[in-house]
Amino acid sequence: MTQDFWGQATAFLYAAVLACVPLLYGTLGEILTQKAGNINLGVEGMMYLGAIAGFLAGYRTDSAMLTVLAGFLAGAGGALIYAFLTVSLKANQNVSGLTLTVFGMGVANFLGEKAKLNAPVGTAFMSERLKALLSPVGIGGLDGLPVIGPLLFRHSVLTYLAVLASVAMALYLRRSRLGLNLRAVGENPAAADAMGVPVSKYKYAHILVGGGLCGLGGVYISMVTCLGNWQPNIVAGQGWIAMALVIFAAWKPLRAAAGSLVFGALSVLRLYVPKDVVDIPAALFTMLPFIVTCLVLVVSSVRLRRENQQPAGCGVNYFREER
Amino acid sequence: MKQSRCFRFIALSLLLALLAGGLAPAASAEVTSAFKPVPVEELKVGMVLIGSQDDGFSGAHYNGLEGMKTALGLKDEQVLYKFNVPETAECDSALRELVDAGCQIIFGNSWGFMNFMEEIAEEYPEVIFSHCSGYKNNGVNFNNYFGRIYQARYLAGIAAGMKTQTNKIGYVAAWADNAEVNGGINAFALGVQSVNPDAVVYVKYISSWFDPTLEKQTAVALLALDCDVIAQHVDTSMPQVAAQEAGKFGCGYNTDMTPAAPDAHLTAPIWHWASVYTAQVQDVVDGTWVPENYFLGLKEGMVDISPLSKNVAPGTAEKIEEARARILSGEWDVFTGPISSNAGELVVKEGEALADADITGGLMTNLLIKGVEVK
Repeated sequence: MTQDFWGQATAFLYAAVLACVPLLYGTLGEILTQKAGNINLGVEGMMYLGAIAGFLAGYRTDSAMLTVLAGFLAGAGGALIYAFLTVSLKANQNVSGLTLTVFGMGVANFLGEKAKLNAPVGTAFMSERLKALLSPVGIGGLDGLPVIGPLLFRHSVLTYLAVLASVAMALYLRRSRLGLNLRAVGENPAAADAMGVPVSKYKYAHILVGGGLCGLGGVYISMVTCLGNWQPNIVAGQGWIAMALVIFAAWKPLRAAAGSLVFGALSVLRLYVPKDVVDIPAALFTMLPFIVTCLVLVVSSVRLRRENQQPAGCGVNYFREER
Repeated sequence: MKQSRCFRFIALSLLLALLAGGLAPAASAEVTSAFKPVPVEELKVGMVLIGSQDDGFSGAHYNGLEGMKTALGLKDEQVLYKFNVPETAECDSALRELVDAGCQIIFGNSWGFMNFMEEIAEEYPEVIFSHCSGYKNNGVNFNNYFGRIYQARYLAGIAAGMKTQTNKIGYVAAWADNAEVNGGINAFALGVQSVNPDAVVYVKYISSWFDPTLEKQTAVALLALDCDVIAQHVDTSMPQVAAQEAGKFGCGYNTDMTPAAPDAHLTAPIWHWASVYTAQVQDVVDGTWVPENYFLGLKEGMVDISPLSKNVAPGTAEKIEEARARILSGEWDVFTGPISSNAGELVVKEGEALADADITGGLMTNLLIKGVEVK
């Protein structure tokens, strides 16, 4: 019984880690975007773009490097549309982001369907070699350790990259001059402008990199979760969960890593809670991440700590002439 | 006086005519169709699909209607598709577009289209609406069609029961308390038990027909419960991919999923929708279409299993052929008693068989048989 319990607990935690990676990429991408003072509701769309670009690149080139790169560039490409609309043309940020979501989903489903229908065997497949390169692999036998072995040392290269990205982003935002300037752009672009920070350049650069990170989340879904099998509507709302996670993580990259693990765990929780122990409707489990986000919103607004709030310039386009 | 007699005569004949007119259609509707024959070159067939051409469920419908097109020699522009239509007011507008395009018969392939089709059928009595997987029929121009997929699931269950080593088989299922889903689970479990009485079927419901990530996660959770064969009643091949990754086995659904999981997939219950589409559209052409429901099975070629893969256990093919012959003989069907529920209650007595109404709804809605556990 106890052994069975530990087996199930390990399986649950491992599934949580697998589930959290695309959420983490989406959250990191959106945090970087919002730190530049822009809300991009197109996370879902950019994940779709990354998913299809990674899939097509893997299918055509059989190179893991190009798969990941294509996913990043496609996400960044989607973000470029958004950045051009909101930073250069000063279009409404919410509307631009939402249309990006619709656009990304449509493009991905369209191209994916074409790729599958045009493939010689009726559906497009990756080579075993490429799948193995991106799939979870044990590192140096360490994954044989009980419990922590698989949890820490049996993952896809994209999972480790996500952890690295959150550490790097935390250092960048807190410890570098560029990060300081970026935060100024996000909080008060007029002050940053007066300081001599090129506001538009900062916005463009960070929105694009943020989009690229979202794209990597998409690559993870199509290449690791789905193992190179294209499915229509492949992202299925994970981008929206990432939007909630940004609030949960209070715009902090390291908290995003921990938070996405929590959300990942919540998303698979119902699959590991035995029915004969707890029998509550599945819909309640599906609601959990959003209930938790609501609670976090309530708590953080009651406590009103400035560093846990959204960057003040978010959602408002910066016109230099209006200072 | 003369005038009044004349008037009385006219009134009487009018009354008679009315009576005759009122009775005549009622008498003739039983024998002939209310719809005139349609020349093949003037025919237009429409279809509203919930998914796209490349998703398993809608893809099978698409192939079915394309099969009809070939069989009847229709041109491309005579068959109109509306892909990716959600079960919302968008369904209504998609149906209207097909009516406006001049379709004489319109199919809809998802449960949630039912009420939209029922409403629009009232509005356009000259157009035929045919709905897949529901249960409604307005007796005029709106009918229902589905297939005995449970027969194919029974056969797939045999392959799974022969293959399992742990005697635990996982089943990724869409919706709880749904007769179609539970009927599939029960038929599959009966197939498993027919060759392996000790095996149990562990079910997890995901409350979705289609969610690639969640389907995979559910299959992974079932594998963690020591299941070594994963069956599914959801639309993507992700459960099979999960089995493949874990070095285990599985039975897919809708289409042959062997290409997605070459070392894992055993066989899949599949649909051949072409038979029902060809039959109905041929009736429209001949002017013999009547609003009856279609519920075809293995015998009519409506359902089957995909070719057994290299992964099946030895002797599987023989066992499946045996069962197939029993079903085809018409003397025995899957839900023939004795069948007990997993609460230990005898639900179908020895020698009795479930009626179709209890397979598509009724009893099946909440029934899970002995040997099935919801996890």
